[in-house]
Amino acid sequence: MRVLIDHISKVYTDRKGGHTEALRDIDFTIEENEFVVVVGPSGCGKTTLLNIIAGLLSPSSGQVIIEGDHLDSKPHTAIVFQDYALFPWRTVLKNIVYGLEEQGLEKAVQMETAQKYITLVGLQGFENKYPHQLSGGMKQRVAIARALATDPWLLLMDEPFSALDAQTRILMQYEVSRIWEETHKSFLYITHHIQEAVFLGDRVVVLSRRPGKILDILRIDLPRPRGEHLLKEKIYLEYVDQIWGYVKDQAEESMREML
Amino acid sequence: MSREGLTGTSTGPSMEQPKTEKAIVQDKTSFLQMKEHPWISLTSFIAILLLWEMVSRQGWVPPLFLPAPSEILREGWAMLKTGLIFKHAFASLSRILLGFLMACVLGVFGGILIGFFSIPKAIGNPLIAATFPIPKIAILPLLILWLGIGEPPKVAVIGLGVFFPMVINVYTGVKSVDPILIKAALSLGSNRWRIIRKVILPGILPMIAAGMKLGIGIALLLVVAAEMVAADAGIGFMILTAADLMETKRLMVGLLLLSFLGIFFNWLFQKLEGIFIPWRH
Repeated sequence: MRVLIDHISKVYTDRKGGHTEALRDIDFTIEENEFVVVVGPSGCGKTTLLNIIAGLLSPSSGQVIIEGDHLDSKPHTAIVFQDYALFPWRTVLKNIVYGLEEQGLEKAVQMETAQKYITLVGLQGFENKYPHQLSGGMKQRVAIARALATDPWLLLMDEPFSALDAQTRILMQYEVSRIWEETHKSFLYITHHIQEAVFLGDRVVVLSRRPGKILDILRIDLPRPRGEHLLKEKIYLEYVDQIWGYVKDQAEESMREML
Repeated sequence: MSREGLTGTSTGPSMEQPKTEKAIVQDKTSFLQMKEHPWISLTSFIAILLLWEMVSRQGWVPPLFLPAPSEILREGWAMLKTGLIFKHAFASLSRILLGFLMACVLGVFGGILIGFFSIPKAIGNPLIAATFPIPKIAILPLLILWLGIGEPPKVAVIGLGVFFPMVINVYTGVKSVDPILIKAALSLGSNRWRIIRKVILPGILPMIAAGMKLGIGIALLLVVAAEMVAADAGIGFMILTAADLMETKRLMVGLLLLSFLGIFFNWLFQKLEGIFIPWRH
């Protein structure tokens, strides 16, 4: 299976009839079992792109095409949102089974599947807690488990760790890398954090600031499993530098604009 | 910077020390912390009752105006034994319950309808805006004209009184459900109807509870008012007839009963909130 993002553009029209171009001609493909990271400065339309791929927003032009041998009716994508979006009235377990309930699976199957993902993300013992009783990192683990439990083809992650503190963020990056290696799914991960992008991605799509255009797509040839050791490698730092080169000019331009 | 400089100790033996002044930092917010005074609450309450008892017993105020608390309790006890109090309380409670429950159901239904769908909103919003400001008791004569003088107009006026805070609360609740939760549910495969049932409905439960608490106060107010206009039983009727017959003790029993009912409903809704909204901390 693959997801074709086919020349997507998005122009927002406000009430006064003004136009804001958010995305311009975004065109790339997410291959089976590939980890693609989209990186770009804030306000480059990253979240817009993710919403369009998830079917939560219509593009102004272009389309998203999912190609596969046999496409069933259940959702093809699942999302991990930046601010968790957990249902506050559902416990950890009930949050995770939400998508399974919607698929009309049997209770026993739901529980079995949920248990599998609870173990995968390391939430054992927290099944009956409510979201407000959890830390940010734990909440995001629940969100990841909830999304993965629906068995999507493509997992979309929208700056999932930007609300976390720096230490938790690093640990969660290791977790995501491990989860991707264990689940063999396609991930599309959106971030403004360059090191994170290089650490996680097979390919990194670099977007310009508004309107978001693709500046470059880099293949990250780093071995897996990826871990802490990688962060000191020369080649890793070179990738980071290269992307920073693109993003720096963009960020400087927006800073000047704000002054 | 040296460690000494950092910690600010001034034990340098070679230094000639000027006289040091000290200012201890005070917590400027301490007055914001309200202390709990359960004993003061209890003793002042008892003291007021005792004072009241004395004022009546000594005849400083005639018992026709202010009967002693002990006299009121005795009257209440007598009415309990004859069952008279139950007759009136039951009459009022059944009206409240019927009107309140119907209004809650309709209010939740209506609030979701105008909160979620554009055409019901276009129809409902101006209707509510126009009728909400009318004091509901002013509608009672019209309701009596339409429905006769039996139970229906009383139940209807209570229903109207409870319906409005309910429908407005639910509407506000629907509007304030976090759109990201709806997006999450959509991405997890929910359709529109399941979003109403599994996201909107649990999401507005706190607002429903708030609406019920508001509504029960209004129901209590309206049942008494309606029973004073036309009734042959009920707490409002009991209070009014007691006043006509100068039975101040009985009148006071009615007030005591209303206070008790108010406290009881408050307690009940608190309990129900704990059971149905356990995720609220």
